[in-house]
Amino acid sequence: MKSEKIKMVRPLNENTFLIRFESEIISNTAQAGQFIHIKCFDGLDAYLRRPISICSVDRANKTFDIVYQVRGKGTGLLCAFRPEDEMDVMGPLGHGFTLHAEHRNIVVVGGGIGIFPLLQLLKDHPALKKTAILGFRSRAVVVLEDEFKEHCDELIIATDDGSYGEKGFVTSILEKRVQEEPVDMVYFCGPSIMMKRGVEILRQRNIPCEVSMEQRMGCGIGACLVCACKTKKGDDWDYSHVCKDGPVFDGYEVVF
Amino acid sequence: MNKSLNLAVNLAGMKLKNPVIAASGAFGFGREYSNYFDLGRLGGIAVKGLTPLPRKGNPPPRIAETPAGILNSVGLQNPGVHAFIEKEIPFIRKFDTAIIANASGNTVEEYENMVEILSDSDVDAIELNLSCPNVKEGCMSFGSTLEGVGKVVARAKKYAKKPLIVKLTPNVTDITEIARAAEDAGADSVSLINTLLGMAIDAKARRPVLGNITGGLSGPAVKPVALRMVYQVSKAVKIPIIGMGGISCGTDAVEFLLAGASAVMIGTAGFVNPLVWVETIDGLEAYMRENGVHSVTELIGALIG
Repeated sequence: MKSEKIKMVRPLNENTFLIRFESEIISNTAQAGQFIHIKCFDGLDAYLRRPISICSVDRANKTFDIVYQVRGKGTGLLCAFRPEDEMDVMGPLGHGFTLHAEHRNIVVVGGGIGIFPLLQLLKDHPALKKTAILGFRSRAVVVLEDEFKEHCDELIIATDDGSYGEKGFVTSILEKRVQEEPVDMVYFCGPSIMMKRGVEILRQRNIPCEVSMEQRMGCGIGACLVCACKTKKGDDWDYSHVCKDGPVFDGYEVVF
Repeated sequence: MNKSLNLAVNLAGMKLKNPVIAASGAFGFGREYSNYFDLGRLGGIAVKGLTPLPRKGNPPPRIAETPAGILNSVGLQNPGVHAFIEKEIPFIRKFDTAIIANASGNTVEEYENMVEILSDSDVDAIELNLSCPNVKEGCMSFGSTLEGVGKVVARAKKYAKKPLIVKLTPNVTDITEIARAAEDAGADSVSLINTLLGMAIDAKARRPVLGNITGGLSGPAVKPVALRMVYQVSKAVKIPIIGMGGISCGTDAVEFLLAGASAVMIGTAGFVNPLVWVETIDGLEAYMRENGVHSVTELIGALIG
């Protein structure tokens, strides 16, 4: 837990904002897929911290970025923060994505506000071919297109209404891709229904995959046990916890 | 001014270096918070609620934020009492702090069984959980009637070789009667309050927020209710009281001591501030220094008027 200084705030669209923090420790230690747990307000309103995934780190310049969308009280209060302000930050927390050095062809699949942690994964992964398939509701909410384009070999954008890129589901695009070429691993972050369908597609071909899960969180470090996620345990299942065991899980371990 | 402060309290035969204890359910088995501060600074740790066998707990979502507080519906997810004894006690014992095992069961026999098992383990006290609002059997269903409390406590006491603390629910008409029933049945101490049964609704989705529909309210929102109950119970029983409910700083802890508590527990505030326990101890010391209090025991029940 530390006060971290905000270097920059950049609106990505009318209700989505990128915050860049200066932090030697977090920029040095954060792994793709981890999150920070932040206090949006120094008072009793929006009492709990908010977990927000790390979108990107710049180790040379000792900064890291998060992106948030204003959805409720806590994220609304985040709008009050300006450059030079300090925010109470815990992190980096959780279990991030696994990068296998021997993998040559990887695909990341993201939906909506779930796309953000995939950016750092693309930056860090050594694979020769990296494809990003990102889904959005419509053209108006497409964000960070240039950043993703810069860090992958192919960026495919899909929108629900066809107003930009391809029309339809990212999972249909993924299905076509794995039929066309051998993919070593797929990383998902987005709506549960999207990840469930994605894992089903990959299961037929035994392609390894990881999913980044979301759940309402308390302490953020694995003590309070509120952010339960059903995972396989032998022939049975148990509740794992998104903050400590995740947020990234083996896609085949999660019981959707 | 005399700089040597005495924070030690004697709680039902258990000597605590200071009156600040991590509350059950909010602190796991201490492992996670040991990355943030030295657990040896705590007066004690009340570990995650234990049951005879491992429990999966309730379906998520298990938490809802409410004004100045939270609702939780974890439902006693825990690895079972045997895993606790084997794997967790050795870890906590590395720190100089009291271990309080929080025990639940579905039946009176299970409570007896838990107390018998834990009495032979290396814990310093047993906190009988007669107050969890998030499980269908046991707990609050016993803890909300005089007969239930009397029966479970009396029978569990026969197996107790350690101080027996009874954790009380606030979801009753008169908590003083319940506290007296616990005392009469042999409780060495009572801890209060467990969470207040509540509910949160998502108006847009027209659904309850919690997977278990209802949950237990905690955090600063409940502090006035908790203080009132500690105050009333302190007038009704002779056994020492552990007070809790919304404590977030040293001043809050002092208020509970003044109301009659001999020690305090802190849980929910730790979700927001992982250093709240040590900051509360520091705050308590600062209060004592500023107010010429040499021993923390001078504050217990020292409310004027």
